[in-house]
Amino acid sequence: MGKSVLVIEDEPNIIEAISFILSRDGWRVASHSNGVDAVAVVEHRKPDLVILDVMLPGRSGYDILRELRAKEGTGQLPVLMLTARGQTKDRALAEEIGASRFMSKPFSNAEVLEAVNALIAS
Amino acid sequence: MAQAGRGTVLTGTRIRERRMMLGLRQAELAKRAGISASYLNLIEHNRRRIGGKLLLSLAEALKVEPSALSEGAEAALLAQLRQAAADRPEAGADLDRIEEFTGRFPGWARLVAAQGQRLSTLERAVEVLSDRLAHDPHLAASLHEVLSTVTAIHATAEILVGEPALEPEWRGRFHRNIHEDSARLAEGARRLVEDLGEAGETEAAGSPQEAVEGFLGAHGFHFPTLETDPEAVSAVLEEGAGQLGSGAARLIAGRVLERYAADAAAVPLEALRRALPEGGALDPVSLGARFGVDAGRMMRRLAMLPGPMLAERGLPAPGLVACDASGTLIFRKPLDSFPLPRFGAACPLWPLFQSLSRPMMPMAQVIRLAGRSEGVFLTHAIAQPSGAPVANRDPTFEAHMLIQPGPSEAPSDLPRVGVTCRICPKAGCRGRREPSIMAEAQG
Repeated sequence: MGKSVLVIEDEPNIIEAISFILSRDGWRVASHSNGVDAVAVVEHRKPDLVILDVMLPGRSGYDILRELRAKEGTGQLPVLMLTARGQTKDRALAEEIGASRFMSKPFSNAEVLEAVNALIAS
Repeated sequence: MAQAGRGTVLTGTRIRERRMMLGLRQAELAKRAGISASYLNLIEHNRRRIGGKLLLSLAEALKVEPSALSEGAEAALLAQLRQAAADRPEAGADLDRIEEFTGRFPGWARLVAAQGQRLSTLERAVEVLSDRLAHDPHLAASLHEVLSTVTAIHATAEILVGEPALEPEWRGRFHRNIHEDSARLAEGARRLVEDLGEAGETEAAGSPQEAVEGFLGAHGFHFPTLETDPEAVSAVLEEGAGQLGSGAARLIAGRVLERYAADAAAVPLEALRRALPEGGALDPVSLGARFGVDAGRMMRRLAMLPGPMLAERGLPAPGLVACDASGTLIFRKPLDSFPLPRFGAACPLWPLFQSLSRPMMPMAQVIRLAGRSEGVFLTHAIAQPSGAPVANRDPTFEAHMLIQPGPSEAPSDLPRVGVTCRICPKAGCRGRREPSIMAEAQG
């Protein structure tokens, strides 16, 4: 059975496209589109990797990542952060909080695929 | 012989400057003021204090207000110059000679002070805009939405192109997604452009023209006092000074209001009210002919009518745009469904611009606005000389375009125009200057 990824993103068609390409690559994909209970969903599903959007309804992706990093079970979980703001300071903030990788929108499918595979390999 | 004080130094220098400006000899001015030339010489070289009757006589002979010669008259200007010097200490302005500078070169001093103030205003505007772009959650949300939608389309399109053997069910699903997303993208882009427009609407960041439009908008583009009293322009300006802000905005507003007052005098409100049609559309050309005024003036008059007066005849309030001969928009009264560009140039296909190549010919044209709503509008446009004619001098043209909602049933082959290229989806447009951020095509 392939590795599992949880896509936390509020844009349904991005979820669908990412799910499709990752599924074709052998990943088991689950998704969630709300920031408020995202941490609980991660803890419940225990994915091998999380793709996390920064701007989510209810709670910022940065806050979610901070909480994940503070918890024992998810402190080392690979997290690929997605954001619409590709500014240096956003990237710096994501790195400071502990994002494993940072990707700004719009990105290509190949980039996502390469990033998740690289994160799992490392 | 007592050396004159600092204030009087300024006065003497000013008297000398003013005299020389008028081309008067010292002896001539002395005679007019009833003093000896040698005494005037001492005054002009700031070696004698003057005041009272002598100051009045000299001011009269020099055709200026006595206060313009006396000390303290330029206190505000001096304060502004000191502030400008304090803001840029590295420039090394000679603060101990500031009064001499103001007295000898009043025009330059005013320019330096005005530039100093302008610089401060611009710096504040830059701060406001930078802060807004960085922290405005509304703007950030719009930007995020657009980029997310672009990402969804991009990712979906990649799958469609990269997977030629995709199952029909998936293919249909992705096609639907792209269709939905492209519609959302168009809407998101429109909202983003609006948000960016609003970001520039803060008082600090706005251009003088925007400040004037804000001022006119706040009055509903109608000024009851100017309808009956053309002399009330100064009072209206005074009242709006806070809203207008800069001197440039006040100057532009002054011109608009002067014109308003002249239009109101030529086309009295009550007479125009009686001449308005019951329902249908306004025709500035025939109304202009009826009142013996040009179509441009009638368009301005109709655009400045109070909303309730139009509403009682079942007429919607029209929009109005005016441009100078360079095509620069110099007046904008928007119509809800016909947005006008805040930044950058408008669509070159507007009848407004077409009229510039057919001066003096009134044009009436029904157009369709390219975009999601595809609204239909009736436009009247005319280009005519601005200002009074001068012998042997080519006139400078300006154009007006009155915009009203068009007929509900209109042919499908109407001329299709946009608002401005960046947000216009029209494909293969011969007037396109730059690519659009809205999808239909990048023609």
